[in-house]
Amino acid sequence: MASKPDHASREVSASRRGFLKASAAAGGGLLLSFSMPGLLDASAQTGGGALNVFVTIAADGAVTIVSKNPEQGQGVQTMLPMLIAEELDVDWKDVRVEQAMADAARYGRQATGGSNCTPTHYEPMRRVGAAARLMLVRAAAAQWGVPEASLRTASGRVHHDGSKRSIGYGELAARAAGIAPPDPASVSLKNPKDFTIIGKPTKNVDAPRIVTGKPLYGIDVSVPGMLHAVYQKCPVFGGKAVSFNADVVKAQPGVVDAFIVKGNGNPEELLDGVAIVANSWWRAEKAREKLVVKWDEGAGAAHSSAGYAAGAAAFSGKTPEQSIRSDGDVDAALGKAAKVVEATYHYPFIAHGTLEPQVCVVNITGDKAELWTPSRMPGEARAYVARALNIAEADVKLHIVRAGGAFGRRRQSDFVAEAIAVAKVVKKPVKLLWSRADDFQHDFYRPAGWHHFKAGIDSDGKLIAFKDHFVTFGEGGRFAPSADIAAGEFPASHVPNFALGASLIPLAAPTGPLRAPRSNALGFAFQSFIDELAHAAGKDQLQFRLDLLKTARTGAPGNFDANRMHAVLAKVGETSGWGRKLPAGSAMGVAFYFSHQGYFAEVAQVAMSERTFKVEKIWIVGDVGRQIVNPLHATAMCEGSALDGIGSALGQKITLENGRVKERTFADHPFIRMSQAPKVQVDFLMSDNNPTGLGEPALPPAIPALCNAIFAATGKRIRSLPIDLAALGA
Amino acid sequence: MTAYTLAINGAARTVDVDPAMPLLWVLRDELDLKGTKFGCGVAQCGACTVHLSGVPTRACITPIESVGARAITTIEGIEQTAVGKQVQTAWLSIDVAQCGYCQAGQIMAATALLSAKPKPTDADIDSAMDGNMCRCATYPRIRAAIKEAAGLPTGDARQIGGE
Ligand code: FES
Ligand code: FES
Repeated sequence: MASKPDHASREVSASRRGFLKASAAAGGGLLLSFSMPGLLDASAQTGGGALNVFVTIAADGAVTIVSKNPEQGQGVQTMLPMLIAEELDVDWKDVRVEQAMADAARYGRQATGGSNCTPTHYEPMRRVGAAARLMLVRAAAAQWGVPEASLRTASGRVHHDGSKRSIGYGELAARAAGIAPPDPASVSLKNPKDFTIIGKPTKNVDAPRIVTGKPLYGIDVSVPGMLHAVYQKCPVFGGKAVSFNADVVKAQPGVVDAFIVKGNGNPEELLDGVAIVANSWWRAEKAREKLVVKWDEGAGAAHSSAGYAAGAAAFSGKTPEQSIRSDGDVDAALGKAAKVVEATYHYPFIAHGTLEPQVCVVNITGDKAELWTPSRMPGEARAYVARALNIAEADVKLHIVRAGGAFGRRRQSDFVAEAIAVAKVVKKPVKLLWSRADDFQHDFYRPAGWHHFKAGIDSDGKLIAFKDHFVTFGEGGRFAPSADIAAGEFPASHVPNFALGASLIPLAAPTGPLRAPRSNALGFAFQSFIDELAHAAGKDQLQFRLDLLKTARTGAPGNFDANRMHAVLAKVGETSGWGRKLPAGSAMGVAFYFSHQGYFAEVAQVAMSERTFKVEKIWIVGDVGRQIVNPLHATAMCEGSALDGIGSALGQKITLENGRVKERTFADHPFIRMSQAPKVQVDFLMSDNNPTGLGEPALPPAIPALCNAIFAATGKRIRSLPIDLAALGA
Repeated sequence: MTAYTLAINGAARTVDVDPAMPLLWVLRDELDLKGTKFGCGVAQCGACTVHLSGVPTRACITPIESVGARAITTIEGIEQTAVGKQVQTAWLSIDVAQCGYCQAGQIMAATALLSAKPKPTDADIDSAMDGNMCRCATYPRIRAAIKEAAGLPTGDARQIGGE
């Protein structure tokens, strides 16, 4: 019986019948409804059956569940089938998981991102499982001639207690597959106290393949006759390719072709570049060392990080170009304040650095295309391919492969577009793979930003005025992607006089979401400045925040529930032993942040030694609702997010000079390493709210918690990232 | 082009390649052993870690001509060693991987560590594993899995101030 989860097979055959309609409901939820009875297919001929597009049960009882969304390491490939299996009422050990192909008509939207898989699938996927279960129950009722209501299910069997009969799902599958699927909206769901899978630590279904080195990723795909390509874009964003030394490049060993590709001007799709195609990737990459391109660099060449910083400084003390929120009279309140605190915070551009570089394998045959790519928005990639080749989307077969990380990257179709452009010319299957330098130089960066803060505290140590002039990137009043800020940014509505405004600097580099977009930067700035306010107020850092969260609310409340945050903050005070005696040189810092519907408070402990410091431990408390679907991966996400945040603060920065990115390697833009990774303790606080996702929300508070701990230990306030203690004279 | 006979995972394999071609690309593109990963190409990430005569080595900067008669062990063959098998088992038991892309390299580095030091300290783990970047930052679980493979308690027992 092919029942072990370690035999997770890679994808679903396109022949499976049965339709499921999915549409995005208002509010981002997924509405699922079956529109056609599941017809018998090939699997039914063996006595089993497809109950819907997600669930197939073989005659021997083996259960196959399709995981619809791309997997990048968050555990969705395990989690989504867990939701179905729970309500289907089977044992997890009998479930085999298959990765879906990109096919929105069958599976609905298949994007992974924004910590959204849990909130948008928690109920719909359970309903898919419950609907399939009901078909099996109906099949048993028909077979035995007993009422549906007299039957119960458990561990892949239907039981009729009255007659002490029971029958396995496998024996019912063929009959069940012929039953009209019920409307998923009408089926009843389990009481969570009866869960046997949801809430149980469940291992990654791909892990056995990972630890044995099986080909799983886009970079591992090989197609017969495949060529390998590198694609050199202009180092200056927006630059155009004029000419290159084709004779020299084409004469390099193994090179099959080299040519200029004209882009469409959209960095999320196709930019100008020179393609080098060879019989191995190493050959193509070696030939690139000889490549000399004449670029028309364009206006981007005048851009630099130094220029941006000067632009931001010029906005200091000025009125913001646009007002985002204004409550009360902040200037009047500042005038009356017992203490006024003023500071400018800055964070740099940073890059994603997925360990598997961008990659796409494409095989175009006639008016059909087949692709393997770690896109996390495969529907968009598929639509792009159909447009670029002027073929029907149904003729684009896109395999969703396991991604070697994403962290917000891989939503764009750029690497897909490059592979298509090359394959069109060489008329052979192509694997297009980026080098590490390509990846650093042509990312969609986390935008840099500056915050000119000013706040006032009254004689009781209460925050009465808070003002931020946020300088970021954009043009014509419109923010660059992921450079914006919400009007509800805390402490908005927790301080009577609040003003948030923004000014924009034109930007040459592309930006985009990076794990906990906006929040990964805003959390640092706001929670660090709030720390300064607590010191100015002469209050304990944690207590000052608790008090602030209890302040009567003013203005538009947004969707932030201060009570939930108060609870996690109080809890992290307990788990960390906040206030306990620490040895000389050690100190704690605290911060909280609300993002992706998750409430997180964290405490970091640092130990100073000589002129450097070590992050010793981070305590995390999160509230993501009433149910943790998979505790094993939930804690993994929190650990990874917090460590990722700390790593970014320790050394990451992307620098523009003459329109080009200076950083090319992991040495230039380091990610956290084993010896830097502190101990991590994760606790969840359960609250009666719908379950939400964990890919991101534990990241933002880690950075200010660390910076606040460094202040507590040294008296040096980190107002600019990455942390540079030497620059502060520590 | 030069012919090389390589001892890979206990079997002799012959390739005819440029002497300068890195072992990484020989494994991946000539021999279809895709478990060894490309992350940086310049010995900064450890994704390409293999063993040459048991020594953890960055395959991305190892020209094939320099390999000689040394036995090559990759992630596909590591289960043939007792320590390698223990490490893989511990990796599954602790469920270390997130995206998983770095894990072949991590397992190769961990196996080399445990072969040299069957009962490593936390400091040993830090120094042996620091060259293997995990972009997903699975370090707490890598640490725990190494300890589990070593038969040590898996909790993070590093001393911190005041605790
Ligand atoms: S690919 Fe060899 S160390 Fe990164
Ligand atoms: S698990 Fe993703 S890089 Fe290590």
